[in-house]
Amino acid sequence: MIATLLQIAAMFSVLSLLAFGGGAAVLPDMQRQAVDVHHWLTSREFLDMFALSRAIPPGSMIVVLIGQKTAGIAGAVVALLAMFGPSSLLAYAVARLWHRTGGAAWRETLERALAPVSIGVTIASGIAIARTTEHDLAAYAVTVVTTLLLSLTRLHPLAVMGGGAVVLALTGV
Amino acid sequence: MANRSTPGPPSLATLFLSFLAIGSTSFGGGLLGWIRRELVERRGWIDDQQFLVCFGISQMVPGATNVNLSVIVGTQLRGVPGALVAISGLLLAPFAILLALGTLYFAARNVPGSGTLNAALVGAGAAAIGFNIATGIRLAHHNIRRVGPALVAGAIIIGIGILRIPLLEVLLVMLPASLAVTLLERAR
Repeated sequence: MIATLLQIAAMFSVLSLLAFGGGAAVLPDMQRQAVDVHHWLTSREFLDMFALSRAIPPGSMIVVLIGQKTAGIAGAVVALLAMFGPSSLLAYAVARLWHRTGGAAWRETLERALAPVSIGVTIASGIAIARTTEHDLAAYAVTVVTTLLLSLTRLHPLAVMGGGAVVLALTGV
Repeated sequence: MANRSTPGPPSLATLFLSFLAIGSTSFGGGLLGWIRRELVERRGWIDDQQFLVCFGISQMVPGATNVNLSVIVGTQLRGVPGALVAISGLLLAPFAILLALGTLYFAARNVPGSGTLNAALVGAGAAAIGFNIATGIRLAHHNIRRVGPALVAGAIIIGIGILRIPLLEVLLVMLPASLAVTLLERAR
């Protein structure tokens, strides 16, 4: 049991530091290790877990299910800590470093340069996700209408997302 | 940067509850939109510029961007305890739900949810994508005032959104480009 927990911790903490651009980057490697190397679950189970966890924020939460299947609740906790711990520590260290340089002229320049990049990435990621295979015409319509409603009106996002859910549930995908 | 009457740093309990709310409302997606809505619009703990800087840093570090963002904002507001409180608040509800879903799945051996539920999830997901894009549009509306930065944002949208170039490669080119644009504008 302890050995399994250690394996879980080791595997996910390495993946945590490799997940550039978010968890999606390491999914193939996660599948290979959990299914082919450790034989913790079958390919089919991995796909099911992916489907189950996809709508749950903040991404990469499939690790909870893999941990749970492998070593129960303890496995789930260890997997969660291992997946988010190392990258969070790194984020913390970088944030600290950033704040220590407060007031420097070059930092203000860098911050101003960062703004349009972050804005571009925000919009671009939305478009990139929408362009995946599953996004059919109805889903595109919902995305476009939501984009317009939420950028032009003060409607509550939950109301709009609920509306999107109802529309697609009624029309059937 | 504190141009408006910025409130003082929040208590750890308030910070925890805020991130608990963010984690609990963002099922189906739209997490980035929820974070900005809560921290910038509702609470006013940080402004758009700070939000964008934190988001920018969170992208250059490996790991789930939104988790990194929560850690960085938590750190900025309340140091190490703030970071811990932010990340636990964010993950608590999703973790509990997934354990429950997992238990169901391992008992029944199939993915719960009929076709209708699945369709509803796809619909909520499609709307959540719109929420994130709308957040980007609002940010652009408030923060991009000149041609240079607009071109930088536009190039990134085309590069990642249309041409599907990997994020890291786009950042490696566009960060220096944006820096050059900023320096050029300053020099003029």
